[in-house]
Amino acid sequence: MPAVSKGDGMRGLAVFISDIRNCKSKEAEVKRINKELANIRSKFKGDKALDGYSKKKYVCKLLFIFLLGHDIDFGHMEAVNLLSSNKYTEKQIGYLFISVLVNSNSELIRLINNAIKNDLASRNPTFMNLALHCIANVGSREMAEAFASDIPRILVAGDTMDSVKQSAALCLLRLNRTSPDLVPMGEWTARVVHLLNDQHLGVVTAATSLITTLAQKSPDDFKTSVSLAVARLSRIVTSASIDLQDYTYYFVAAPWLSVKLLRLLQCYPPPEDASLRSRLTECLETILNKAQEPPKSKKVQHSNAKNAVLFEAIALIIHHDSEPNLLVRACNQLGQFLQHRETNLRYLALESMCTLASSEFSHEAVKTHIETVISALKTERDVSVRQRAVDLLYAMCDRSNSKQIVAEMLSYLETADYSIREEIVLKVAILAEKYAVDYTWYVDTILNLIRIAGDYVSEEVWYRVIQIVINRDDVQGYAAKTVFEALQAPACHENLVKVGGYILGEFGNLIAGDPRSSPLVQFNLLHSKFHLCSVPTRALLLSAYIKFINLFPEVKGTIQDVLRSDSQLRNADVELQQRAVEYLRLSCIASTDILATVLEEMPPFPERESSILAKLKKKKGSSKLPDMDDSRKNVNGNTEHAEDAEVASKTPQFLLEELISTDRPHPSSSATMLPTRTMVPSHTFTDNLNVNSAPSSGASLLVDVFSDFSSAAPTESSDEHFPRFVCKNNGVIYENQLLQIGLKSEYRQNLGRMYVFYGNKTSTQFQSFSTSVSSNDVLCSQLNVQEKPVDPLIEAGAQVQQILNIECVSDFSDTPVLNIQFRYGGTLQNIAVKLPVMLNKFFQPTEMMSQDFFQRWKQLGAPQQEVQKIFKAKNQMDTDVTKAKLLGFGVALLDGVDPNPANFVGAGIIHTKTTQVGCLLRLEPNAQAQMYRLTLRTSKESVSQRLCELLSEQF
Amino acid sequence: MIKAILIFNNHGKPRLSKFYEHYNEDTEQQIIRETFHLVSKRDENVCNFLEGGLLIGGSDYKLIYRHYATLYFVFCVDSSESELGILDLIQVFVETLDKCFENVCELDLIFHVDKVHHILAEMVMGGMVLETNMNEIITQVDAQNKMEKSEVSASLKICYLDQIQ
Repeated sequence: MPAVSKGDGMRGLAVFISDIRNCKSKEAEVKRINKELANIRSKFKGDKALDGYSKKKYVCKLLFIFLLGHDIDFGHMEAVNLLSSNKYTEKQIGYLFISVLVNSNSELIRLINNAIKNDLASRNPTFMNLALHCIANVGSREMAEAFASDIPRILVAGDTMDSVKQSAALCLLRLNRTSPDLVPMGEWTARVVHLLNDQHLGVVTAATSLITTLAQKSPDDFKTSVSLAVARLSRIVTSASIDLQDYTYYFVAAPWLSVKLLRLLQCYPPPEDASLRSRLTECLETILNKAQEPPKSKKVQHSNAKNAVLFEAIALIIHHDSEPNLLVRACNQLGQFLQHRETNLRYLALESMCTLASSEFSHEAVKTHIETVISALKTERDVSVRQRAVDLLYAMCDRSNSKQIVAEMLSYLETADYSIREEIVLKVAILAEKYAVDYTWYVDTILNLIRIAGDYVSEEVWYRVIQIVINRDDVQGYAAKTVFEALQAPACHENLVKVGGYILGEFGNLIAGDPRSSPLVQFNLLHSKFHLCSVPTRALLLSAYIKFINLFPEVKGTIQDVLRSDSQLRNADVELQQRAVEYLRLSCIASTDILATVLEEMPPFPERESSILAKLKKKKGSSKLPDMDDSRKNVNGNTEHAEDAEVASKTPQFLLEELISTDRPHPSSSATMLPTRTMVPSHTFTDNLNVNSAPSSGASLLVDVFSDFSSAAPTESSDEHFPRFVCKNNGVIYENQLLQIGLKSEYRQNLGRMYVFYGNKTSTQFQSFSTSVSSNDVLCSQLNVQEKPVDPLIEAGAQVQQILNIECVSDFSDTPVLNIQFRYGGTLQNIAVKLPVMLNKFFQPTEMMSQDFFQRWKQLGAPQQEVQKIFKAKNQMDTDVTKAKLLGFGVALLDGVDPNPANFVGAGIIHTKTTQVGCLLRLEPNAQAQMYRLTLRTSKESVSQRLCELLSEQF
Repeated sequence: MIKAILIFNNHGKPRLSKFYEHYNEDTEQQIIRETFHLVSKRDENVCNFLEGGLLIGGSDYKLIYRHYATLYFVFCVDSSESELGILDLIQVFVETLDKCFENVCELDLIFHVDKVHHILAEMVMGGMVLETNMNEIITQVDAQNKMEKSEVSASLKICYLDQIQ
């Protein structure tokens, strides 16, 4: 008999579904659904109490409507009512509705929790299971708070039914993932480990999942699970399959449990106990042996299950990375799979081999498969598989095979799928740099990259090639010659023009001796590309031209003519026009000596890690990327690189030289480098050289302000900028088509001074310009903001500066608003911008010893003094960025206080006129869950609250 | 863990969607569409794994799917799950549906969404695999049905009594 008979459904539901299916158009469907929604709504609101059956029917209809993608905004109450029904079917449908439709923030949670509480206490296993399922599926914090302490009890109680134990284990696992802080460890932990010995394999499976997650977080507490897991695994692997009855799946003994046990063992190093270790080795050998036996069934399910276990065993062998014998066998096994006719196995073999390649014992063995992998790259029909082949080639690359691998990747790039081109470009660029013995090869490779896939070559890649050429004088002549030749092609990619312009501008003299590449020829070649390029590239070319004037006095006249032409001097683009004007002027009035000094060859870049690597890691997520350093990698996936973080967090340093050659690729990887810079450097240029009219001091300040603002996004609204100012003091707070407002501020104790720069972006003057700062009544008494007068006229393209003096009287949580009013072309403009004056600006960092910290931490132990918040990471979790943000927030970071080095501990004092408030904070990142926990303790509740709000939005 | 389980037909019509992480309704629908586009453009006989779409979390997540007649069964999982293991799980799910509905077809899924959810709940809970043994799953489903039947017949009796009076 089928378990679900088809006749027992609800007729009304079936009719409704048929109606929907018969709808000829989307409109008809929507109409029918709206009609039904109205019907259900009226039924729910009607005076007549609905019986359980009708409620169930309507809830089912709502579920169906929801599945079709329509919003359901009612019915929750009815579903909650169903939970307290005594009838199983009604309760079940209520729970179903809730786990599909109720989100974790719902206000109904309290009511739901009540029903769950009753069901958990009911001692009816079916009801208990429904309740546990609901907790696990919703997994909200409120639920964790309500039940986290009950569930371990249910799990380890002697009289709990097996099916309930299973659910309880997974429910606890889920809560541990969503709210780890709420799940108490306790005496139950020891008993959970013993569930690995349970009779019921379902319970063992669920318990293994739970223990694996817990062991990742606190390995020491669950150490004893290793021996039990090995024993269990050994029994499964060596048993004749009949022993396990139902858990044998297509002739494979308990494959799922085996996989889980092997995963659990990957949380630990190889067992130290010799007998245990040999028992485990024996298991692994048996699994490897079984792979060689003839299949017991032709069904794909059989081989799937068998190989699932095999791959997990190989993963464990790679993780242990200690038995050369097993590693080589694993590698051979994967080698066989590389040529298997099942695509899935080829895919997984490529993936596993990637991790195997980073083991010193098997790196050589992996390399023997290079031809197979290359042919996979060429012949696989499936892009997923080809992508894994690229990954593996990247992982197995070393000095001995780098030329072959880079060549293969380059040739694959020509036909590669668009979706993976950028990644291949990055990989090729990294390998070419890492294994370049001969830098001419490197230059050739990158130029080839640009030729083949110019659109996918990001700024980081071409910045990097220039950094390397600048730093290595043995390759400069070759680079100049090669780019010169590459530029001969009638159509070349703009990135090539950038690299070419830069390199010829610096090193064109090295090839100028050859009449085929005389200065004039070089210049004409570059200039022939000029008109096809975008503004940033043209700007770069103009800089190359001025460099040419210095390198080759003989072409000065030609270049001056070009600069003098209307298309340059009167270019519609301000940046280009300004460069043309200034460069022309410079070339006319500066003496040769000055020119030579100003336009001297670029100094070498400081050595640091390639920013390309950081980019690739960002793209791929650090977990699956083979390590670039030859050091061995933790197979479990942590390849943290402190250096990357540095690259991301460094604010660009603007050296004088860099500014003059305005487009010098910056060593750090700021993607918005060009657009930001183009508006800045020309001012500094004139500033520093004093060849133009004396710049106002405001302008030079403005330069400073904007220079550390590395991600200008001109169209964003003011509120979006605001949060960024919590951890920094300078930058652009507002920008629209007319006006740009920049800020620079400094604070000392309870006083602050803010320089506000208003920039007129238009070509018309602003009249009647006035500003005022408004605060609400509460804030008025807490914070004084005094404005200095501001010029009522702002000329076209000019900036004016205003000073605001700020005094913090007592702690505050509101924000003052800066109102700006001015006339532009006859219309009155009103702009209101939130001023980024927050409580944390009045922080003074405090250094203290670990002992003092803990003493104070304890002193601030009253419940209202502590505020804690757990939140999801909005940005990539990066130690150095976090550090920079905390420092920017104003506290001192205390090293060595927290036993866990991944956590951050800080201290500071908020200064107000009336009081000083000491503040301690602790931030605990959890990279796996992508969550943070922030704890603040201060002597004042409102301060704790406000600081927590401000800081928690920053990650 | 399993982040989402999606079933849709060859035209992308969702037949079951179960998310174990909270998204708002719009995002859920977008994820279904995105996943359908990713999966449906793939040939038969290519491998059953691919990287997740951007909405579901990109390359940190894998889509593991099987195509049966008119339906796609897609599991979106993180790196802690065994790919082949999940493939087996899909097979167990389908075989269980087949036993419960007797030659399951798309229509069964349409008209018995609730039942499909209940069967799935016996296998996966909060994104974690609860049970993989088909007999155990079917026993549980049978037990549910028995309870349901007894409740239905009980309520019929009451109706009957009502009518007599």
